[in-house]
Amino acid sequence: MPSAPLLQARHLFKRYGDTTVVDDLSFEIAPGECLGVIGPNGAGKTTTIRMCLGLTAPDAGEIVAMDGLAMPRDARAIKAQLGVVSQFDSLDPDFSCAENLVVYARYFGFSRRAFAPKVPQLLDFAALSHKADAKPGELSGGMRRRLSLARALVNDPKLLLLDEPTTGLDPQARHLMWERLQTLLQQGKSILLTTHFMDEAERLCSRLLVIDHGRKIAEGRPRELIAEHLEPDVVEVYGNGALALAASPLRQFAARVEVSGETVFFYTQDARRLLDALAAHGGLRIFHRPANLEDLFLKLTGRQIREDG
Amino acid sequence: MKTADPSPWRPPAITARWWPVFLRNLLVWRKLALPSLIGNIAEPLIWLVAFGYGMGALVGQVQVDGRAVPYILFLASGSICMSAMNAASFEALYSAFSRMHVQKTWDGIMNAPVGLDDVVFAEMAWAAFKSLFTVTAILLVMLGLGISHSPKLLAAWFILAGCGIVFSSIALIFNALAKSYDFFTYYFTLFMTPMMFLSGVFFPLEQLPDAVQAVARWLPLANAVALVRPLFMDQWPAAWLQPALTLAAYAVAAFWAALALTRRRFAA
Repeated sequence: MPSAPLLQARHLFKRYGDTTVVDDLSFEIAPGECLGVIGPNGAGKTTTIRMCLGLTAPDAGEIVAMDGLAMPRDARAIKAQLGVVSQFDSLDPDFSCAENLVVYARYFGFSRRAFAPKVPQLLDFAALSHKADAKPGELSGGMRRRLSLARALVNDPKLLLLDEPTTGLDPQARHLMWERLQTLLQQGKSILLTTHFMDEAERLCSRLLVIDHGRKIAEGRPRELIAEHLEPDVVEVYGNGALALAASPLRQFAARVEVSGETVFFYTQDARRLLDALAAHGGLRIFHRPANLEDLFLKLTGRQIREDG
Repeated sequence: MKTADPSPWRPPAITARWWPVFLRNLLVWRKLALPSLIGNIAEPLIWLVAFGYGMGALVGQVQVDGRAVPYILFLASGSICMSAMNAASFEALYSAFSRMHVQKTWDGIMNAPVGLDDVVFAEMAWAAFKSLFTVTAILLVMLGLGISHSPKLLAAWFILAGCGIVFSSIALIFNALAKSYDFFTYYFTLFMTPMMFLSGVFFPLEQLPDAVQAVARWLPLANAVALVRPLFMDQWPAAWLQPALTLAAYAVAAFWAALALTRRRFAA
């Protein structure tokens, strides 16, 4: 028997004034799964997380979590089993790393005495053992994010809600964060993750939810979504005369052709014949690669820059 | 199912989880308590010494309820209420705003099983506590200076605790409405400064025109002074019920309003 979902959102709606920020959004998270929520800025990702936390109430729809508890009615009981890393750090600047964990554990009802043995473990998990007495202001961006993650684990939550946990981090810090999140998934924790990094979504998430303008526009496993919506190969062409190719007979070798700026994108089932044909044209720069999640994302949500993007 | 935000004016839902939030503020403050205490009590004491002894020499005695009292005693009993007001207001405006808006401390706390009502109550209790701490230190210095030895100062201490609650709650209303620190300048110049001069801190209310007096008697600070001053003179306040009820009404109404406006701010 498949186990019941940890969290289920049904037909959520949220309006601010005349703008519908979340529009009939439904999804669920199964135990042990990592669900990625991707969408352009302003797509409704953060509002959805805020509704899952009971910080804002949906105008319609319901959220059920942890065996029949309802948000926002049972907000405290649900949040006792959640761990949250929000988009912006809310660490206490006046406390050391260790104190940040102890103070945060108190909000869950753990006394300093009861919680003290867990502090070294959590700091070790966050690779911050050597910074136990440092204040957040003395830490790098990656260290602060890992401290936020450690803080989200003080109550040994079943489900983690992570809102863009690696935005602004350098590649080393990002890879360390991914490693830690994979460890948590192996331990059986579930994760809901919002991100702008498609490689992050592809690497970590077992399932993806693509939302735009508050609406779900696609849902499924990353590879399956790509196979379903895109041709397997992409050939990017730019340089002298590239733009003219978009309307040339070369089109026949591609299922779809897109022009963005100076570059022509050929989405094709048959890259070999396209590349052979392109070889006849001099002065072009050609980049051939498999279709990826970013292509899918751009196909579904468009290439135009969003207002706050 | 319709689950729109319930009214922000619904009754407070405060649980025991306000305590870890209070404790958090206490722990931060403990790290810099001594310099902060010196800063908090130095200014009121400089005022007291300069005005009390300096002006006191010119003014001599002041008539209170038909009794002549030294100006320093008159001023001390009023200015301690003002200190309670100032300490509570600064904490519940600038410091609370830092935690709420700048550091996002409240957001972090509310990701844990702690509600906004608990957070707002903890901030109110914390600002009131800090105000009482400051006031206690000033009282001790006043005792040392021999300004008053009335045993009824203990009763005054409780009134001053209430005074801290009232002004913390009022300040949290403005905290809930603020977009930046600049907003608090209005509160200080348009509300607190006039109140300071209309509440009988520096001179008896009776000096003011009748119409102004009639308004002034409803100011929270004036009611606090009306209760505390007789206690400094080792007398029980003749009419204690009305000012006590007025202060209690301010505390309840202001806290409720602060909570409702903060809920509205966070629901957006």
